Amino acid sequence: MDAANYLYLSALLFTIGAVGVVVRRNAIVVFMCIELMLNAANLAFVTFSRINGDLNGQVVAFFTMVVAACEVVVGLAIIVTIYRSRRSASVDDASLLKR
Amino acid sequence: MVDLAISVGTTQNPEAILFWVLAPLTVAAALGMLLVKKAVHSAILMASVMINLAIFYIAQDALFLGIVQIVVYTGAVMMLFLFILMLVGVDSSDSLTETITGLRPIAIVASVGFGGLLISLIGRATLGRSAVGLSEANMNGNVKGLASLLFSTYVWPFEVVSALLITAALGAMVLAHHQRIQTRPTQREMSTARFRGESLANAAGLPGPGVYARHNAVDVPALLPDGTPAANSINATLKARGDMLTSGSFELGKVDTSAEEEK
Repeated sequence: MDAANYLYLSALLFTIGAVGVVVRRNAIVVFMCIELMLNAANLAFVTFSRINGDLNGQVVAFFTMVVAACEVVVGLAIIVTIYRSRRSASVDDASLLKR
Repeated sequence: MVDLAISVGTTQNPEAILFWVLAPLTVAAALGMLLVKKAVHSAILMASVMINLAIFYIAQDALFLGIVQIVVYTGAVMMLFLFILMLVGVDSSDSLTETITGLRPIAIVASVGFGGLLISLIGRATLGRSAVGLSEANMNGNVKGLASLLFSTYVWPFEVVSALLITAALGAMVLAHHQRIQTRPTQREMSTARFRGESLANAAGLPGPGVYARHNAVDVPALLPDGTPAANSINATLKARGDMLTSGSFELGKVDTSAEEEK
């Protein structure tokens, strides 16, 4: 099997995640779609690591995971804070600066 | 079209079967995550995508990353997501109506264009040489190889990332910290308010919920002697959530006694 198939899969997953970020309105689902995009990038890193016979790609994927974990922690804390003051987790409701 | 011409290792066919079984499942789960209405279902589908990706990592000789993927993502991150979902309210399902007119068609067209661009790019790219495979890099084991890279070449990024983790933990604590506007009333103050207040109606405590023979009655208000429901016999949280029943259907004479035994 061609290892490039993994790259196609990664591109597909990244695209699906990008659509989700734009289309969905629940902030938590938007966050999950961002996670999906990060994971797709990780899959590409791991595949390129295999193609090049070099572990550097896996180290970068490892760092991506750590950064994603940080992002989730802070992002979910922000969602909880917004929910506490506005009783809503919809990204469209938090448009106070616009008005 | 020039292929990458990658054929790595000797276990081609089992991996191909694995890929062609799991890859459609992964894409279907990712698409489902977009399309389902309830956020909890999205989270479950997301967890299945994560597990599939972990299997792909392991199939690609990235054993350590596969295990980390399961432990960190499906274990910690998805658990955090579910925790926040439960905290924010499971019932807060997303209404799928679009607020910005024309957003959805534009998003779909743009994503099809973007995805097509990416995929055609991958299809046309060429490495200029055949792929190597990780059997040499993983000679001393995947974990050892990663560790020797992580603690030599990447030791500075590693330290920076640890600082980032600590900062994120602190940030979450600061964000989640809730400062009370008023001081919490002491038991003495609450007792004084009860007896020195306007009326002595609640001096002996609030009435309990109604007890009915055929219903678990925490969500049904008790009836006062004159037959009207006592609104303060129900927990305010239940009332706010709308999980409250009226006592009307349990009044004597209105109960349908012909019903079968409930399971």
